[in-house]
Amino acid sequence: MSASPLTLKIKGLRDSLLVTLPDGRWEELRGLLLNQIQERESFFRGARLALDVGPQALHVSDVSELRDALSEQGVALWAVLSDSPSTEKTAQLLGLATRLARPTPEVPRAPLETVEADKALWVDKTLRSGMRVEYPGHIVVLGDVNPGAEIVAGGSVIVWGRLRGMVHAGAEGNAAASVCALDLSPQQLRIAGEIALAPKQRKTPVPEIVRLKDGQLVAEPWHPDKH
Amino acid sequence: MSTVLTIGSGKGGVGKTTAVANLAVALAAAGEKVVCIDGDIGLRNLDVIMGLENRIVYDLVDVVEGRCRLRQAMIRDKHLPELYLIPAAQTRDKSAVSPSDMVRLCDELRGEYDWILIDSPAGIERGFKNAIAPADRVVVVTNPEVSAVRDADRVIGILEAEEKDTPSLVINRLNPAMVKRHDMLSADDVVDLLAVKVIGIVPEDDDVIVAANRGTPVALDPKSRAGQAFRNIAQRLKGVDVPFMALDDQGNLWQRLFAGRK
Repeated sequence: MSASPLTLKIKGLRDSLLVTLPDGRWEELRGLLLNQIQERESFFRGARLALDVGPQALHVSDVSELRDALSEQGVALWAVLSDSPSTEKTAQLLGLATRLARPTPEVPRAPLETVEADKALWVDKTLRSGMRVEYPGHIVVLGDVNPGAEIVAGGSVIVWGRLRGMVHAGAEGNAAASVCALDLSPQQLRIAGEIALAPKQRKTPVPEIVRLKDGQLVAEPWHPDKH
Repeated sequence: MSTVLTIGSGKGGVGKTTAVANLAVALAAAGEKVVCIDGDIGLRNLDVIMGLENRIVYDLVDVVEGRCRLRQAMIRDKHLPELYLIPAAQTRDKSAVSPSDMVRLCDELRGEYDWILIDSPAGIERGFKNAIAPADRVVVVTNPEVSAVRDADRVIGILEAEEKDTPSLVINRLNPAMVKRHDMLSADDVVDLLAVKVIGIVPEDDDVIVAANRGTPVALDPKSRAGQAFRNIAQRLKGVDVPFMALDDQGNLWQRLFAGRK
């Protein structure tokens, strides 16, 4: 093993600590982090920790195990930052933040970082209550969006399934965004700055598309020839 | 082979503890060796429902913190010699135990017992995380009402995120007469939303409350409908294919009873 000392960068944020891991093997870095926390127990106890893991590709079990280990030290892991999309996804699955800016009423939300607006995120599972998917481009869900789930897209949203949760399309103000679903019965639907509450429930659902027309959200049955 | 089975729900009051007590006695009565663990530290109930509260000397937290051996905290059931309870501490809170403590504890019990049932507390925080950490299987209990189903959905989502196997569902306190009048969600409505396998439907039954107060779970009562439903679930957990009870007949019977009362 090389003797080059691995060091953690620790930075104080407004209400938490940001720890940046150097490059290295995950097992080593994990040990290093837990060691540091043990050594400086009084400093870390009760802290909220955001962890920048760089390009590490982490598995759900890695992150959940670390979170448990940290919580035993009285440290709450609330965010995992990473350049690796799979790690970001892992963190999101575990309900951890993947960006430092947290949405608060006074502070405007950090702008969704620039992804070309015509890119789409593919979600091939049902989104259950409490899950939130956020993406600067379009979002396509192959599955249901259950009540209590949230989708926020910079572009349009397509749900190949039942849409019963909350959807915000064109979240960055794109009024041309649309939302469509096989069964459109969301709790709430937003396009750009406009909000509509749950439309009537249809007995036999038909695929519908919602667009912003003259400042109002309008739902129409899907006719292939009209669109 | 032992199975660690956690019973959770998200929402409180849907019948998790009742389900644990009844599945435990039903499994033990069917010849299995069973330990149940009350994960609801600070708000323990399982001991009461099993009628064992006055026998508690040591509890889960005592084991975890090394004040006693695991064996000493295991209370043998009054009726069934192969059924044990590890009670929760009442004077502590969820943070007294960590997920890895639970994994260690269950590993110690594995091999000696066929079933280790864990009663999860309501909520999705530490206590719930503790309860699911060692689980091989999870049963989610819900009631046929919108809020309970919503919370069950959240819990199922968390289990998926933690890469646990898809849980099975128990729909508890279904009132067939109300379903018939369209005043209650039907089992199909619930499954339609949650999209998981149903392992049991337990009809609403006054005997459950009486039995809980007496400390003799209803699964020990051969005449109780809910008891039968829990015994069926226990069989299904063992891999036996038991047909679902015809709840409709019961609905008619209830209607007849109510009609007779008027």
